Amino acid sequence: MWDYTEKVMEYFHHPRNQGAITEQKEGEKIVTGEVGSIACGDALKLHLKIDEATKTIAEATFQTFGCASAIASSSALTELLKGKTVEEALNVTNHEITEFLGGLPEEKMHCSVMGQEALEAAIYNYKGIPLDNHEESEGNIICSCFGISDTKIKRVIRDNKITTAEQVTNYVKAGGGCSTCLPEIDDILAEIATEEEKSLEVANKIRTQPAVLTNLQKINLIQQVITEQIRPILIEDGGDLELFDVEGDVVKVILKGACDGCASSTETLKNAIENTLQEAILPTLTVEAV
Amino acid sequence: MNEPIYFDNNATTKIDEEVIATMLPYLQTYYGNPSSMHTFGGQVGRAVREARGQVASLLGAQESEIIFTSCGTEGDNAAILAALKAQPNKKQIITTKVEHPAVLNLCRKLEKEGYVVTYLGVDSKGQLDLGELEAALTNDTAVVSIMYANNETGVVFPIEEIGQRVKAYGALFHVDAVQAVGKIPFNLETSSIDFLTLSGHKIHAPKGIGALYVRKGVRFRPHLIGGHQERGRRGGTENVPAIVALGKAAELARKHLPSVAEEQRLRDKLEQGILATIPDAAVNGDPINRLPNTSNIGFKYIEGEAILLSLDQYGICASSGSACTSGSLEPSHVLQALGLPYTVLHGSIRFSLSRFTTEAEIDRALDVLPRIINRLRDLSPFNNDNADWLKEQSLAVSH
Repeated sequence: MWDYTEKVMEYFHHPRNQGAITEQKEGEKIVTGEVGSIACGDALKLHLKIDEATKTIAEATFQTFGCASAIASSSALTELLKGKTVEEALNVTNHEITEFLGGLPEEKMHCSVMGQEALEAAIYNYKGIPLDNHEESEGNIICSCFGISDTKIKRVIRDNKITTAEQVTNYVKAGGGCSTCLPEIDDILAEIATEEEKSLEVANKIRTQPAVLTNLQKINLIQQVITEQIRPILIEDGGDLELFDVEGDVVKVILKGACDGCASSTETLKNAIENTLQEAILPTLTVEAV
Repeated sequence: MNEPIYFDNNATTKIDEEVIATMLPYLQTYYGNPSSMHTFGGQVGRAVREARGQVASLLGAQESEIIFTSCGTEGDNAAILAALKAQPNKKQIITTKVEHPAVLNLCRKLEKEGYVVTYLGVDSKGQLDLGELEAALTNDTAVVSIMYANNETGVVFPIEEIGQRVKAYGALFHVDAVQAVGKIPFNLETSSIDFLTLSGHKIHAPKGIGALYVRKGVRFRPHLIGGHQERGRRGGTENVPAIVALGKAAELARKHLPSVAEEQRLRDKLEQGILATIPDAAVNGDPINRLPNTSNIGFKYIEGEAILLSLDQYGICASSGSACTSGSLEPSHVLQALGLPYTVLHGSIRFSLSRFTTEAEIDRALDVLPRIINRLRDLSPFNNDNADWLKEQSLAVSH
């Protein structure tokens, strides 16, 4: 028997916010995020009622096919979402779900990841962004037993600081069927570890730069961070960007691919690009799309 | 909580109190080594011989045909390996897709060592196609290893019909009868079985003891090399208290064989009660050719672990073939081999009874189960075969 926390069992036996949302007033929008499948053994439908004026989640409910930890994780997620704005909700991670429950067995971490994915699916639906733009199914399928792509595996490795193929299986099930993809998962882990080593090298290099950068040094560093840290992540999601110009502390970029015209491009600019440049080079840098 | 209601007897059974009483003196007082030449060892040796006779009687075999082992897995491994060693020129093994891992995983290992293994499939009732067996048999077949009754569904295979075909090709025939012994009468003297495995803890003896029947005249090379114990067929000092316990358990199993009909009546009451009160539930496996104590029921649209933990809240212990209960991510290989729809596959529960199961326990289970199933179905996004999401996934039927 699994070693579940009391809170997991409590939320399994007495789940909060189960069912679909049926009542909708003017100014409210109901959206659903669906992930998983009956073939894989767990599936979740997350329903959100969003107040259009405040962009706040007024109600969150769930319907889950799965084990005790899947049901408890889904219920915990709905509790975490209540009252959050849509943008705040996007920052809810699978770690928060597991922390809320006092932890999950490592083998059951995929239940919390499923919650995070359903949340993203629901919010993308709300924003009218085609799921294909962010769906990990865009990548190459690595685990054919569970239909898991390299994009999804890379994402979960980065998000959860995963170091072993066994952990990948626990978090996204990849490799948990016939196991023949485990060597490929090992390759992906090695690739990401190499990337991270490179990023660390860049960060160390930047830290050794003089306190006041010349314009040329600043532009070179911006270009380096964009090339080595930012572009690989955007490219994985079907997007890309190009450095257009640097005027003082304003970094002007051209968004390309899926990033160009994406409804959440502002978030990408601020969260993924500006924050990275600020942390890596100068806290005063701002990023604008041209 | 009330006394647990135990419906997981195919996993393991309660040790019979008479069995405990029989084995205790061999833990406390008669601790001699049966191989010792002194009186203290001699009386222990006699107890081992008596136990061997009790096991032989249950199987309709001779004492000399019984080797005590540590478990069912050891018996299965020892039999298959011995059969291969006895016919070094033959390279084919035939088994089924629904065997216990003790057979399946050994066969997979042997494949890597150059043996050719044929895994026979089963139909939607979990039954073998004997035509497929006929087609697979060749003069190169060294051993056919087929279980008597399946541990998950209880489906009983036509062992004698299989044996006749196996013998026609001169192959050796191993039967894993771990689930069948004690529930079905045996007479190995008149059967075509060469090797038969049983396990003590499935028949109300303790864990850590089993037996392997080896037909007189069949060449047997030991799997465990050591002293002269078990007539040189299995080295290692005998686990006397467990052997004595297995002997007593075998004697009691033989005595209780007629009362298996009562187990079946209770099993049928449970099964029919479930089917009458819970919609979208169905029996997995052959409803007729089945062990009298086993019922495997698929509850559509919900997942097995959730059912088990809910039952556990009421003190009811059962088992599930769902992936979530096992640490593996794949549901039961047996239920998959039956080609069950995904809507059923993940939500199948095995109820396995014993002679200690009571009518009141059945009534209690029938009282709580509908509530549990309804609650979980209320939580599920799949509530019928026409659910849009289910339809989109085109997964009404697996494989």
